[in-house]
Amino acid sequence: MPKVLMKGCEAIGEAAIRAGCRNFFGYPITPQTEVPEYLAKRFPEVGGEFVQAESEVAAINMLYGGAGVGKRVLTTSSSPGISLMAEGLSYIAACHLPVVVVNIVRAGPGLGGILPAQSDYLQATKGHGHGDYKLVVLAPSSVQEAVDLIYRAFDLADHYLTPVMVMGDGMIGQMMEPVEFPPMRDLADLPAKPWAATGAKGRKPNIVNSLYLKEEECHANNVKLKAKYDRIEKREKRSETYACRGDKLDVLVVAYGTMARICKTAVDEVKKRTKKKVGVFRPVTLWPYPYEALAKEARKAKRILVVEMSMGQMLEDVKLAVLGTRPIEFYGLTGGLVPSPDDVADRLRGILA
Amino acid sequence: MKKVFGYPESLTPNPTHYCPGCTHGTIHRLVAESLDELGLRERAVGIAPVGCSVLAYNYFRCDMFEASHGRAPAVATGAKRCRPDLILFTYQGDGDLASIGTAEIIHAANRGEKVTVIFVNNAIYGMTGGQMAPTTMPGQVTTTCPFGRNPEHEGHPIRMVELLSSLATPAYLARVAVHTPLHVIEAKKAIREAFRLQAEGVCFAMVEVLSICPTNWGLTAPEASKWLEENMVPYYPLGVLKRPGTDRGGAAAAAEAREGA
Repeated sequence: MPKVLMKGCEAIGEAAIRAGCRNFFGYPITPQTEVPEYLAKRFPEVGGEFVQAESEVAAINMLYGGAGVGKRVLTTSSSPGISLMAEGLSYIAACHLPVVVVNIVRAGPGLGGILPAQSDYLQATKGHGHGDYKLVVLAPSSVQEAVDLIYRAFDLADHYLTPVMVMGDGMIGQMMEPVEFPPMRDLADLPAKPWAATGAKGRKPNIVNSLYLKEEECHANNVKLKAKYDRIEKREKRSETYACRGDKLDVLVVAYGTMARICKTAVDEVKKRTKKKVGVFRPVTLWPYPYEALAKEARKAKRILVVEMSMGQMLEDVKLAVLGTRPIEFYGLTGGLVPSPDDVADRLRGILA
Repeated sequence: MKKVFGYPESLTPNPTHYCPGCTHGTIHRLVAESLDELGLRERAVGIAPVGCSVLAYNYFRCDMFEASHGRAPAVATGAKRCRPDLILFTYQGDGDLASIGTAEIIHAANRGEKVTVIFVNNAIYGMTGGQMAPTTMPGQVTTTCPFGRNPEHEGHPIRMVELLSSLATPAYLARVAVHTPLHVIEAKKAIREAFRLQAEGVCFAMVEVLSICPTNWGLTAPEASKWLEENMVPYYPLGVLKRPGTDRGGAAAAAEAREGA
């Protein structure tokens, strides 16, 4: 299939269609509004149903209803809107429902700003809504990878019966890049969902519920969730290394998403002018976090530099991976400021000096 | 011997957790009978709310969701838009629908979602132990308006049917009560009509059911029924306030309903 030049948000919408999603519920918020706009126009061509919800609170509950009747459903939003979805996602996780949620992260906290940021990392990976649940969190670093991860997200959600978040930043959403789309999924081949609430014809009623008034039953659901999360941790960690070949590194840069891409350019820049060995480790899954793969690279490095568009959020996971065995430095900008390759290269030179 | 009375097929025989004298059981039965009579049970998906009827999924013999507080109309929207062939109904109380869920009910009605909403108004928060609801009557004592609801301080009770009837989108909007056998018969007609209109793909439908809460009102069931008749019915007029095919929503329809009552 030939490549097409497309804006990130629109490519995300098209990727969802390719993945077999025909139901979108969402609310406009910058910088992701091009996803609902694209789907509002495109869905009629493929028999999809677009609903502009009255709020993000309603949108996530529409997803709950749509997933509960067995359909592949999508919502996209940005940071403040994702905060409003926290309660709904907790219910969705507790009910073991598959949904895909995209967060095109903007600067926070509060109303913050509309420019790119990575300051929702802890919210996405550690504690979004209430209770013991997790989101699978995938972090693309290009528009092509956003397309591929959206496609994968629907399969992961259906396979594990769990909410999956694709977390990009405003850069991923707004940038235009050439992309190649995966083939259109045949809706007839999507996984069967015998648990869905589709009318109790010839069977006992199916109930989509997260209320367990008996403490043992509520605990049992948490044990069931934990067993699922253990399986996901075992099988689904993904990461990438760049310029990490060999058994020695002077500095290992750890970054994800757009920031990782910028760091790769910075590393190339530094390596042109010095003989120092500098590489990049990029987690693709933010949860489950690839601690072991990072620890392996970290063992080769004298020092570690974590770079984020936040005040230091993924930094906590890097510390957990490295467990105090290497010195860790941090560089971050927020508010929509994006560290340039030169900014990162300067930091690296400072550390290497 | 001929069986003359039994459980509707759409109702499980599970004993309910409702307090003695509560009318939720009656309303459940009217919903179940309507589903049975219209042959909708096998296509029905109900949405239970947060509140006294949070466990409604144990009582209806059809597929069910349990929604978060106030969001049942959004859940029903998502389900119906994904599977238009299903029959979606929400069963919500006054705290759920008229307080925390006002945005969801207004917009579901305004989009004309083809779902059926059963709105049980007993003028109080039952499950949490008798707090003030948006529908609590002026002067009515609850644990959070211990000196009686003061409209100067807490505003006046919200009339949801009238509020929704001001929307231009076609809808079936009715208010009924279940405190006497005669009222139960009228309530059944409205609930059945609300499901029929959905089954025929006509419009959004909401039936508000005035209900008693003897436990939290601190009255016996007969006293509570009398209190409802004397205090709630004059403020919440019974009748069909809006029908599909009429563009006469709002004040005119409300006045007509009052005259009719």
